[in-house]
Amino acid sequence: MKSSHELKNYQNEQHSFKLRLTVLGFFVLFGFILLAARFYFLQISRHDYYQTLAENNRISIVPITPNRGLISDRNGVVLAHNFFVYTLEITPSKVEDFDATISEISKLVEVSPLDLKRFKKLKAESRTFESIPLRTHLNEVEAAKFAVNRFRFPGVELKSRLFRRYPLGKQGAHMVGYIGRINDKDLANLTKNNALSNYKGTDHIGKSGIEQSYESALHGTTGFQQVEIDADGKAVRILSSQAPISGSNLILSADSKLQEIAETAFGDRRGALVAIKPGTGEVLAFVSMPTFDSNLFVDGIDVENWKLLNESLDKPLINRPLRGVYPPGSTFKPFAALAGLENDKRKPPFSINDSGFYTLPNSSHRYRDWKPGGHGVVDMRRAITISCDTFFYGLAMELGINRLSSFVRHFGFGQKSGIDIAGEVSGLLPTPEWKMRRYKQPWYMGETVIVGIGQGYTLTTPMQLAQATAILANKGVAMRPHLVSAIADPKTGIAKVTQPIISDKITLDENNLEIVRLGMIDVTLPGGTAASVGANAGYSVAAKTGTAQVIGIKQNEKYNADLINERHRDHALFIAYAPAEEPKIALAVIVENGGHGGSAAGPIARKVMDYYLLGKVPAKETPEEIKVKNPAELNNVNSTNQSTNTNEEVHYD
Amino acid sequence: MLTEIFQKLLKHIDAFLMACVLFTLLVGLFVLYSASGQSIDKISAQIINITIALFMMWAVTNVQPQLLERIAPPLYLVGVLLLIIVEIFGHVSHGAQRWLDLGMIKIQPSEIMRIAAPMMLAWYFSKREVSPTKADFAIATILLMIPVVLIMKQPDLGTSLLITGSGFFVIFLAGLSWRFIIGSAVVLGGCMPFFWSILHDYQRRRIEILFDPSQDPLGAGYHTIQATIAIGSGGIAGKGWLNGSQSQLDFLPERTTDFIFAVFAEEFGLAGNLILLVLFSLIIVRGLMIAAQAKSTFSRLLAGSITLTFFTYAFVNMGMVSGILPVVGVPLPLISYGGTSMVSLLIGFGVLMSIQTHKKLVASG
Repeated sequence: MKSSHELKNYQNEQHSFKLRLTVLGFFVLFGFILLAARFYFLQISRHDYYQTLAENNRISIVPITPNRGLISDRNGVVLAHNFFVYTLEITPSKVEDFDATISEISKLVEVSPLDLKRFKKLKAESRTFESIPLRTHLNEVEAAKFAVNRFRFPGVELKSRLFRRYPLGKQGAHMVGYIGRINDKDLANLTKNNALSNYKGTDHIGKSGIEQSYESALHGTTGFQQVEIDADGKAVRILSSQAPISGSNLILSADSKLQEIAETAFGDRRGALVAIKPGTGEVLAFVSMPTFDSNLFVDGIDVENWKLLNESLDKPLINRPLRGVYPPGSTFKPFAALAGLENDKRKPPFSINDSGFYTLPNSSHRYRDWKPGGHGVVDMRRAITISCDTFFYGLAMELGINRLSSFVRHFGFGQKSGIDIAGEVSGLLPTPEWKMRRYKQPWYMGETVIVGIGQGYTLTTPMQLAQATAILANKGVAMRPHLVSAIADPKTGIAKVTQPIISDKITLDENNLEIVRLGMIDVTLPGGTAASVGANAGYSVAAKTGTAQVIGIKQNEKYNADLINERHRDHALFIAYAPAEEPKIALAVIVENGGHGGSAAGPIARKVMDYYLLGKVPAKETPEEIKVKNPAELNNVNSTNQSTNTNEEVHYD
Repeated sequence: MLTEIFQKLLKHIDAFLMACVLFTLLVGLFVLYSASGQSIDKISAQIINITIALFMMWAVTNVQPQLLERIAPPLYLVGVLLLIIVEIFGHVSHGAQRWLDLGMIKIQPSEIMRIAAPMMLAWYFSKREVSPTKADFAIATILLMIPVVLIMKQPDLGTSLLITGSGFFVIFLAGLSWRFIIGSAVVLGGCMPFFWSILHDYQRRRIEILFDPSQDPLGAGYHTIQATIAIGSGGIAGKGWLNGSQSQLDFLPERTTDFIFAVFAEEFGLAGNLILLVLFSLIIVRGLMIAAQAKSTFSRLLAGSITLTFFTYAFVNMGMVSGILPVVGVPLPLISYGGTSMVSLLIGFGVLMSIQTHKKLVASG
């Protein structure tokens, strides 16, 4: 194939090309024969060798789970921590006869019927190759007893595991939340977030509260160990390792003592309390009553306890501050008042002469005040103090639903507060558009009237109510509420402090704020609807009481607390901030079916404020008397036709 | 009526080649299903890749070889330009700078070069009035080395070697003298230390470990060791589809892409491997036949190069997975998961089919 300088000779070139193509063809053939030979060598000659290697492939990667971050309150009181315990675990796929195995085990180590029930529940929920705890918290003697007999129980293992404990048990359970075993839903979530590999070796994950919402910070980074394993799967040698990174420690803004005082003050009543530091948005107390013991959930809750909690009429598992929705009742009035003043309505010296009811033009329907016969001459400040319904009926009418709703929306009504734990609902702030969407019906004037006193469609969560109060206390500057005030690196101890975030700024006239503030201070002075709350306090309290109807009352009926079922009694509401001059704490309290806000919810607020502002710890006493002794204010709203005979108006979303 | 449309649509499809390719693609989907841990998502994505690639192949079959010849130089220039842009602005992923991010789409200019480089060389030789001189071979070599060096710098050793191969096949088929081939092989051997010095550390390490995988059983050698265990344990008949313990138990790395052959070999054994070799051989034989029957210099050089490049792909991949070649990051053609390589491969087959089916119309050039 000499290269030639002649003009192209096509025949020659074709010939040369085909020859070279043939050469390449042989090249291909040679290549494939080489490969085939290699395959023969690997798959026939050395098949047995590789077969053995594959059967007990000796290199295994063992994850090392990181320590979960600790949770403590603002004073360093630990709310969630970890400890090592021995657990006895069974891998279902490796055990043939469960009953025989378990009965043999119970000869060595006590297995209670409760343990057995929990095990069966977990077994049903888990996959067969997952190891499931039969007994947890084995003591040294039990652990040793089993270890000696281990060989008799294939598929049963003694493990030393890091457990989560909530030292305060029931206290603040809704806030701290709990962890539980990772289920299919969690797995799907982790897969979606590309976090699955970081959870190798981890059995638990945050299920609610802080534990859930700060999962990624608390969990840490899983480490790995490459080990050589023998045919039984036991590690014989560590080849390389990467240490895990512990999860961050969380420091909450909540004060556990304050929390304890608030919870104790509730006694066995149902309800919620949220206390916020108005200037920063730090949540100081987050109470949902009744509560439950978070520790029950950590190892997987047993059927009995679960039934007890889940089926209780008191609904202890519901996070009331975030998910309980209640009509705000009269606690709505300060905000309606500001809406009026800012829109130049009802400014001093305006006053009305209240004869005990309000009627719409061209209608005979009477919207009655809670006080038969009325309050006489009432101006804005006094209207707040005595909670004059008639005054606010008229105010709402004159403002109109759109102006009223759009103004109070800035205080967080009808929207999530943005607190840093998940599950919040947004409540409801009605507008004609909303009603058309929801019910395909136009808005009626009568509905505006009752919105003015916090009844009708309006629904708020305790969190929202507390946030609205905090915004009011902070003169219109809304701080985003948060429970976690710092995230600390466990190794260096360096804490990342949560910076206060201004989420909204409402421009308000100083004079208007002052009118509302004075009206609210008068509430806790003699003659106000919560005079007892301010009595001998040592600091001034700006507050508002409220009562939310649970059942509708017909036009000519009277509400009588003693005659109706306890669960149909009105909800007691109370909002306050103190000291009124320079607010350090703002709060909202709801006592379900508690009756009147001033007498049922007010004292709880007082105890919380006393401790927070003065460090005063209430003397041990039996919980407050539930009975309404002196119904000074009962908002017997004879609401319009639409709310008659609606039975339960409290919704749990 | 319908059959007419059908016939018109498939006028430029080479039935035999098409049948072999489709069958191999089908085998690939089965292996991928197993290798991906029975992921329907992966399969769906691959089916989309295949559909796009088949459509592009079909489009190319309808392009006359003369047009391909005319667009060869501009395509080559655009390719080189894009490679330079990638060098300057490229998107780094997995430690390599290969992608050009155009917002909506990311393109990998090195993939364009897989077809553009051999096309350019074939064009160059077809334009020579006389039989190629030494100078022509030198110019062709330079034309080839420009993209190869740029791609090697990305660094993408696998692709740059494959493009070198595809260019070499054109030069060889154009009639490079045997004396020169043997001579340069000797020189190349002498230049090894130089090439060694321009390789990246990880590439050198791969080559070192190729000769002694036990050097680094948990790092770079891990791939090869686990893959050979997988292949070897497959035996004659294999462990059965979805039953490969190495494949299913996470021991095999990159098992849907570069190491998918290990999954295949473990589950289908030596029998499966031989069938796959036969399938590949059928494709190659058909390609060589198309090259032999091609009517223009450009067509025959290009067809030969595409066919041999396909062989190189298959050989290098199976060689590296079974431990006789270094791990250079070449996917198994038509089987490995991935869109770009699928597209460039099937476009290559499209060119082959175009050359075959248009030749009646081509005047003997």
